[in-house]
Amino acid sequence: MCGIVGLFLKDPKLEPQLGAMLTDMLITMTDRGPDSAGIAIYSSGKADSGKLTVQSATPDVDFHNLDADLKDAIGKPVLMLVKSSHAVLEVPADQLDAARSALSHLRPNVKVMSSGEGIEIYKEVGLPKDVAARFEVAKMHGTHGIGHTRMATESAVTTMGAHPFSTGADQCLVHNGSLSNHNGVRRELKRQGMTFETENDTEVGAAFISHKLKTGETLENALEATLTDLDGFFTFVVGTKNGFGVVRDPIACKPAVMAETDQYVAFGSEYRALVNLPGIESARVWEPEPATVYFWER
Amino acid sequence: MQTFDLEAQGLRALNSALHNVKGQSNETAWEVVNPKGSHAIAVGVDAPVDITVRGSTGYYCAGMNKQATIRVKGSAGPGVAENMMSGTVIIDGDASQYAGATGRGGLLVIKGNASSRCGISMKGINIVVHGNIGHMSAFMAQSGNLVVLGDAGEALGDSLYEAGLFVRGSVKSLGADCIEKEMRPEHIALLADLLKQGEADHLAKPSEFKRYGSARKLYTFNIDNASSY
Repeated sequence: MCGIVGLFLKDPKLEPQLGAMLTDMLITMTDRGPDSAGIAIYSSGKADSGKLTVQSATPDVDFHNLDADLKDAIGKPVLMLVKSSHAVLEVPADQLDAARSALSHLRPNVKVMSSGEGIEIYKEVGLPKDVAARFEVAKMHGTHGIGHTRMATESAVTTMGAHPFSTGADQCLVHNGSLSNHNGVRRELKRQGMTFETENDTEVGAAFISHKLKTGETLENALEATLTDLDGFFTFVVGTKNGFGVVRDPIACKPAVMAETDQYVAFGSEYRALVNLPGIESARVWEPEPATVYFWER
Repeated sequence: MQTFDLEAQGLRALNSALHNVKGQSNETAWEVVNPKGSHAIAVGVDAPVDITVRGSTGYYCAGMNKQATIRVKGSAGPGVAENMMSGTVIIDGDASQYAGATGRGGLLVIKGNASSRCGISMKGINIVVHGNIGHMSAFMAQSGNLVVLGDAGEALGDSLYEAGLFVRGSVKSLGADCIEKEMRPEHIALLADLLKQGEADHLAKPSEFKRYGSARKLYTFNIDNASSY
């Protein structure tokens, strides 16, 4: 199973409620996957500033003085906000790669959840309501976001095996389904220089799209390519700094419902996830077609 | 009229109340409010009652229905009227995948579109879809009829047995062993009746449809085909 929710806001007035709306949607999908949950939130952020969202199994140790240590290493200001097992490190946008590289030396046990100008990812083992509460997701503002609740099939139930997966700056992907050719695709992507954190099939889907974007493809073409190169079952929802995309495999047995109004575009694995959105009664509600790419960009 | 607030009273209370209607009863009209996409609404009803669901439903609404008339004033999630035995189910909006799957009798009417696998393995149910249907519809369909006023997706009627398929619009592709067949007077008469029952006789004429059925080469074992199995 697995449950996916997504929300792309068109009306800026809703931005302060993005986290609350997504949290409510994700909790509705709890019985589709109780193993772990995660959420990616995009916000416009400060100009020229970037964010690394990092995670540690021992946050008291790893996050202690991390901002000061990182500042010394890159020679630029670092702002740290700790939220439970995660921390957001704000650095100048052009220092993201330097900070990430320094981090791997300073705190080798710390995992990078996401990196970019707009994205923050929070994910852990546990129920959506607990994960969302732990990171106070309901208080978060933003322009678009994606949530996932996991019923594991292809790899272990761990923090790193939870969705969303982020394999490129400001990019993330969540998945309902299972890929059958992920080992082969992973080998090929490694040969092309992509790196992987897990043995998870979804991470391969994410890296496949990131690699396409890296070689200059548009989001539309990258999503289109999943239909020919990835084998298995998938409903993917992807986020980029400015965009939000959906694609389902040609068999399309993994459910998907979408709704659009003047205020938002919303995605749910089931209609239940959408019922509390404002104006849903008069929204255009439809099921995305198999093997068809949908995306919205601002 | 019995009005049931699903959000306040819960699914089990609704379905057990419906299951308790047996034989002669004055509780013949039911209304379900606040369905909010819930699963398994009005599943396993076995009484000649009229149930109206005010909103959209989730998985398996009206599954295994016997005798009841169930109307959904919204769209239906996956597996609506799955394994229906008799009665009528009418969806005002769209239906998700495998609508009417394995249905053994009764009538399913979908006034919007149905997605993939509509009528998969149907065994006697009649399905009338006012809009389009998705891919792999009527896969291994054994008996009953599927009437589509719009278009059909890929692989219609793959590995078909003896169900009758009638499509007014285009068919993206036919599945293995499914072929177009001649529309004879008895088929026109059958279709006219199904369109009437499916509240579609004002929308389409029987002469506008094409008939599809099994070529009967796949399910009848033929020793000459042994190498293809």
